[in-house]
Amino acid sequence: MDIMLLLTSTVTLTGGIPLTLLLTFASLLAGFVLAVPLAFMRASPRKWLSLPVLAYTYVFRGTPLLVQLFIIYYGLGQVGAIRSSVLWVLLRDPFWCCLLAFSLNGAAYTTEIFRGGIQAVATGMIEAAQAVGMSPLQIKRRIIFPIAFRSVLPSYANEVISLVKATSLASTVTLLEITGLSRKLVSETFAPYEIFIAAGVLYLGLTFLLTGFFNVLEARLNAAPQARTHPRRVILRQVPHEQ
Amino acid sequence: MRAAKALSYPAFGVGEPAAEPGIRAERIEKRLGGNDVLRGVELIVRPGEILSILGSSGSGKSTLLRCLNLLTIPDRGDIWVHGEKLAIRAASQHGGPAGILDHRQVRRVRASMGMVFQNFNLWPHKTALENVTEGPVLVKGIRRGAAAELGRHYLAKVGLSDKADAYPRHLSGGQQQRVAIARALAMEPQVLLFDEPTSALDPELVGEVLRVMAALAGEGRTMVIVTHELAFAREVSTRAAFMHGGLIEEESPPQEFFSSPVSGRLRGFLASHR
Repeated sequence: MDIMLLLTSTVTLTGGIPLTLLLTFASLLAGFVLAVPLAFMRASPRKWLSLPVLAYTYVFRGTPLLVQLFIIYYGLGQVGAIRSSVLWVLLRDPFWCCLLAFSLNGAAYTTEIFRGGIQAVATGMIEAAQAVGMSPLQIKRRIIFPIAFRSVLPSYANEVISLVKATSLASTVTLLEITGLSRKLVSETFAPYEIFIAAGVLYLGLTFLLTGFFNVLEARLNAAPQARTHPRRVILRQVPHEQ
Repeated sequence: MRAAKALSYPAFGVGEPAAEPGIRAERIEKRLGGNDVLRGVELIVRPGEILSILGSSGSGKSTLLRCLNLLTIPDRGDIWVHGEKLAIRAASQHGGPAGILDHRQVRRVRASMGMVFQNFNLWPHKTALENVTEGPVLVKGIRRGAAAELGRHYLAKVGLSDKADAYPRHLSGGQQQRVAIARALAMEPQVLLFDEPTSALDPELVGEVLRVMAALAGEGRTMVIVTHELAFAREVSTRAAFMHGGLIEEESPPQEFFSSPVSGRLRGFLASHR
């Protein structure tokens, strides 16, 4: 192995970090915003609210993210109605296609994570809020979601870390994030060993930072709340995103 | 936004000067899990009255209490709170559940009735003070600063001034229940409902909660207390009721209730709890 090449390519590949982070955080944000209301719908006892959401999460969790990305990037362009619509301005751009795929996919996983947390909130907490006269929206916003979020934080952290790694799929639709840049570099230097190891090191670094962030967040939120006997740590786990 | 919320929360009896104060429940029926828990209960709570409801477990006393602020919606029957009839839809003959027709009315009525639960039900992600101020801020639209002052006042009242910033899991059961009482008081309710407030406590913690409740009783508040603490009920109540099989079997002032009970069942109940 050429150590010098490994080091120089690590430096070169850092140029892909901004795009990787942009894809991660933008789809994280969009996924979160989508997932909160969807999780409440999914947790609802009313079938007409929960079933459509179940269908959505079932489809997005049951098919590979790569296939979803290809359908959006290659597939949607074949639909005349989309080509002639305003949407085409965004959908012909691989960045927006990735963002859409990652957001929808991430939202599906996040919805199911939050749904579990919401359903685990003790009825007594909700009754206490009803008894002081809070409205259903106030109860969701001030009582149910904060309690649920704390209890699912370790699972949510895993989802975020999966998403960082899932952004490598953007390289398949020409984006030059860390993995895309690596492939470009490999085709120029014919040194896949060093370059992909360098890419792996960068992902590991990002994951390390995020894991640390979530551990701190969890410790801060739980310094107070949430009856729990032993702290749960965020762990690296097998990617739930099919690839 | 806060102001709008405050406006939607008028005081009770506005525009109804002749309204009957207190609570009246008529012919309350409730079926839960295949059992007729309440079978046409009649109950009146007059202002300033301290009513203890006693009875074996399964007699329906907690369910009756929960019906008063509609945490449990009765299948049939009517409830008036301060002369205002609660708009509820009776359960249908075919098993359709009972429902609330006017949610704003119910929220208003609930805000006027403080409730203390058997398991405290403090919100774990909020400090003692935040537990107390949450209702005044969100429901009554009181500013945070003023609410904090109000909250500290009521925490002091239950003897927990020094625990304002503690989270529930760092408090003992007795302290948690006193925070829960402060939370109910901070809404400045017209009626306080207690659902077996000491049943989940270790025996050595029962006293501190009962002392707080006795102090409240001494202020002439209207209280409805479902309890197993006979000695306490005898001492602080102005009236005691005994429930059996989903009905109130006997009710009377505490002297008569405990010294010369009429029904055989109440005599047996009192004897078995001595």
